[in-house]
Amino acid sequence: MIKRNLSGRKNVILFIFSAIALIFIIKLFFLQVVDHSYKLSSQNNVLRYITQYPARGKILDRKGKLLVYNEAAFDLLVIPQQVKAFDTNEFCQLLAIEKTDFNARLSKARKYSRYRPSVFLEQISKEDYGYIAEKLYHFPGFYFQARTLRHYPQPVAAHVLGDVGEVNQRNIDQDSYYTSGDYIGKSGIERFYENKLRGAKGLKIVMVDVYNREKGSFQDGRYDTLPIAGKDLVLGLDADLQAYGEALMNGKTGSIVAIEPSSGEILSLITSPSFDPNLLVGRVRGKNYKALQQDSLKPLINRAISGSYSPGSTFKMINALAALNIGAINEHTQFSCQGKLSRPIKCTHDHKSPLALLEAMENSCNPYFWNTFRNTLYSSKFKDHKDAYDYWFETMHKFGLGVAFDTDIPFELTGNIPSRAYFDKLYRGSWNALTVRSLSIGQGEILVTPLQLANLAVIIGNKGFYYKPHLLKSIVGDADLPETYTQKIETGVSSDHFEIVKQSMLDVFEGDHGTARYYKIDSIQAGGKTGTVQNPHGDDHSMFIAFAPYDNPQIAIAVVVENAGYGSTWAAPIATLMIERYLKGKSDRPALEKRMMETSPNKKTP
Amino acid sequence: MIRESRVSSIDWLSLSLYLILMLLGWVMIYSAVYDENHSSIFDMSQRYGKQLLWIMLSLLLGAIILLIDAKFFNAFALPIYLFVMAMLVGVLMFGATIAGSKSWFQIGGFAIQPAEFAKFATALALASYLGKLNRDLSLWKTRLTAFAIIGLPTLLILAQYDTGSALVFTVFILVLYREGMSGALMVIGGIAAFLFVLTLFFGQWYVIGGLAVLFGISLLMVRRNRSNITKMLAILAVGIAFVFSVDYAFEKILEPHQRTRINVLLGLEKDLMGAGYNVNQSKIAIGSGGFTGKGFLQGTQTKYNFVPEQSTDFIFCTVGEEWGFIGTTAVILLYLLLLSRLIILAERQRSAFSRIYGYGIASVLFFHFAINIGMTIGLVPVIGIPLPFISYGGSSLWAFSIMFFVFLKQDANRLNIL
Repeated sequence: MIKRNLSGRKNVILFIFSAIALIFIIKLFFLQVVDHSYKLSSQNNVLRYITQYPARGKILDRKGKLLVYNEAAFDLLVIPQQVKAFDTNEFCQLLAIEKTDFNARLSKARKYSRYRPSVFLEQISKEDYGYIAEKLYHFPGFYFQARTLRHYPQPVAAHVLGDVGEVNQRNIDQDSYYTSGDYIGKSGIERFYENKLRGAKGLKIVMVDVYNREKGSFQDGRYDTLPIAGKDLVLGLDADLQAYGEALMNGKTGSIVAIEPSSGEILSLITSPSFDPNLLVGRVRGKNYKALQQDSLKPLINRAISGSYSPGSTFKMINALAALNIGAINEHTQFSCQGKLSRPIKCTHDHKSPLALLEAMENSCNPYFWNTFRNTLYSSKFKDHKDAYDYWFETMHKFGLGVAFDTDIPFELTGNIPSRAYFDKLYRGSWNALTVRSLSIGQGEILVTPLQLANLAVIIGNKGFYYKPHLLKSIVGDADLPETYTQKIETGVSSDHFEIVKQSMLDVFEGDHGTARYYKIDSIQAGGKTGTVQNPHGDDHSMFIAFAPYDNPQIAIAVVVENAGYGSTWAAPIATLMIERYLKGKSDRPALEKRMMETSPNKKTP
Repeated sequence: MIRESRVSSIDWLSLSLYLILMLLGWVMIYSAVYDENHSSIFDMSQRYGKQLLWIMLSLLLGAIILLIDAKFFNAFALPIYLFVMAMLVGVLMFGATIAGSKSWFQIGGFAIQPAEFAKFATALALASYLGKLNRDLSLWKTRLTAFAIIGLPTLLILAQYDTGSALVFTVFILVLYREGMSGALMVIGGIAAFLFVLTLFFGQWYVIGGLAVLFGISLLMVRRNRSNITKMLAILAVGIAFVFSVDYAFEKILEPHQRTRINVLLGLEKDLMGAGYNVNQSKIAIGSGGFTGKGFLQGTQTKYNFVPEQSTDFIFCTVGEEWGFIGTTAVILLYLLLLSRLIILAERQRSAFSRIYGYGIASVLFFHFAINIGMTIGLVPVIGIPLPFISYGGSSLWAFSIMFFVFLKQDANRLNIL
């Protein structure tokens, strides 16, 4: 069977087997016994991967005043596997927590992982930190990690700035940058500019001994990475004006939006009632957030961008512009008014008849604008009133109505401009100017946000163009703003047509019958328009839009005070005080200022 | 008499070694994927619970094999071989792709890898073929047939992009050597591997220079007659051609990840967060175990999930970290003992089939042992093949168990062969 005796070859094979085994054993001897670079753990040492959290970017106002900065805080971390028996009573006392709370937290950490660090107690202030850190060596397995908390030197603009909170599972799934316990912008600027503000995390690898004491960096920090600080943001917001406006809105429900017409930068974005942004920082965030959520006045709602109101009389100017633009009327066109007897819309004012555009605007004559609207829809320029309606609808969009600006304000609502399709469906195709007549005086289906109202003031002040309203002025270290913020948007209506509308707004302050003539600002010419908006749910809303100075506007503003009655009683004085504050730095009308700050339309003053 | 011999003639030493390794593996898997919420080692939702099931099934398979007539496997070697080859072809067409290799049959929740069974089938077929009377490995016809038996599954498995499993078949060279093939092939293979590494390390021109110098020295030392010089010139030419082909093979034939693995091994590439991560973490885990280890369930490297594939290909890390040098040496010695015992058993067989088959399984086990442990301690490039009996996985455990028990049966039956 076997020609030669080959059984000697088994020794060669056994030799190969043994040689390999021997080589392995020698290599392992070096690896495990001789070589100390791998022996960090021979006394149960481990490398600790410490996340280096970058400082979140600061937020400044347009004059460089700090709106948000960081304050040091410390998280207490635990690695359950390293926890040895210790005096839990002493520990609980040290941290000022209950024993049951302690047990719950520790078992939660264990459940996450016995071997990985998890946050045991978050956001310990730097005062407590010093005290606790001194005694922490009694408690192996626990250690501190530095974090920062947001701090707001002035308790203003809570909704604009937004808040920062722990990431949820969805954030983690969407962006691998985040791990459990990280912070993320939850709303406002903090949310929108999260990627700029957060910077980039670094990683430091340190060796620790069995008592959890740091024994220096691993391999001289060769694998460490430095955190990159977040970028600082400069907002167009004026902190002083914002604070002043919030004070004026004290006790009222509503909002103020002020915009710089030459840039679209938002100078103030006020919603009332509001809250102190410091309430939503740190360990108290959850509790306070819940309380704010349950508050019947709904302070968490940002009415400046999500309050939707009928624009009322302020809208008549837009209707006039849409009509002038296609020659449906001109500035000399006259219509008659039968006062309370007018059909289909009556007039609530007493004035001469017939009257022309400027007089109609001064008197806010409803029949005049009904006729204007009807002329627009039946203009010979269009095939039929529905095509004309499409033109009107387009024009509203060009004025920023019925669409969101979609810049850097999260959760902005679009308001509502009803479409042709909407009416076709509602009236089964059969409708005409008369059917939709309430649009002519800014009532009916039309809804606008205070931000859109303020932008209307911008457009009229600029005589036909605007920049999308936005909060950001610049990012420190970044060259350019997004193009959408610097792009001039034309409404397509000739600036000549704006002249007469602008003129009418001047008369509101200057004219003998001007609705805001009592609030004329000393030495500043301004344009304004009151609105008293019918509200099916209660008292009328008081509304006012304005811009100033008249010739070269530096501020355009919209004020809405809910359920406060006439536009001239609350919204107009507040708007003029804001303008005065912004342009002059102080008010010459201290009595008015005091009355606005201390009284509320809904409660009788004592 | 025969009935009695079934039990008494089983080689209890190798069976015990097999059982020890398998149970050791189970405990190591428990430690490697330990989950506090499922702390029972019998928890079927965890890998350790499942591995116990695989172990039970393996023992059941073993018992069945011991009951089958010993002659069955020789008689049916060819059908078994052909059946497994058909499965390898089938998996190319209908298989599921897992981790880049199209080498799995997905049946319900389980995945079966035919490549694991190909080793068994090839060992069987090779033994059956070479075990026939008057086979002579010095004849080219015999050699080529033997190579074909080995080559067919190798190519089929290569086509599944499972390079690791394909490489296993090169180890059958040991079997051929034992059965009479010239040892020169192994020596040449060794030299080629050496030159390959040298070329990658120093660049082809230096190696060619070295070869030329060696040629010059040899010229001085041997008798300079025409025949000797011609032979040496031929050797030099083949050597140079080989060196030139290394670059080509390295750049064109190997996949990028395979190139990187070799570069990392040779220290030509240092990428501790990328390709070198596994090996570096694996070495830290083993190295940190020290002399006595950190103790059962106390391994931090493996627990932190620093070491990938810690329950399958990198299971040896857990041994190293938790049981230290004592543990790793013990495992290596257990393997050496088992391998030697298998060789000794093979040599005492009366039938050539049993002997060749015995060498076949010893060689396959050896290859897995050498590559897997070599990989975890950074001596061999990362080639994803399991550590026999220890790594987690049903297919490989069953395949190794079947191989083992078939040999055990042959051995128990050896006295019945005349």
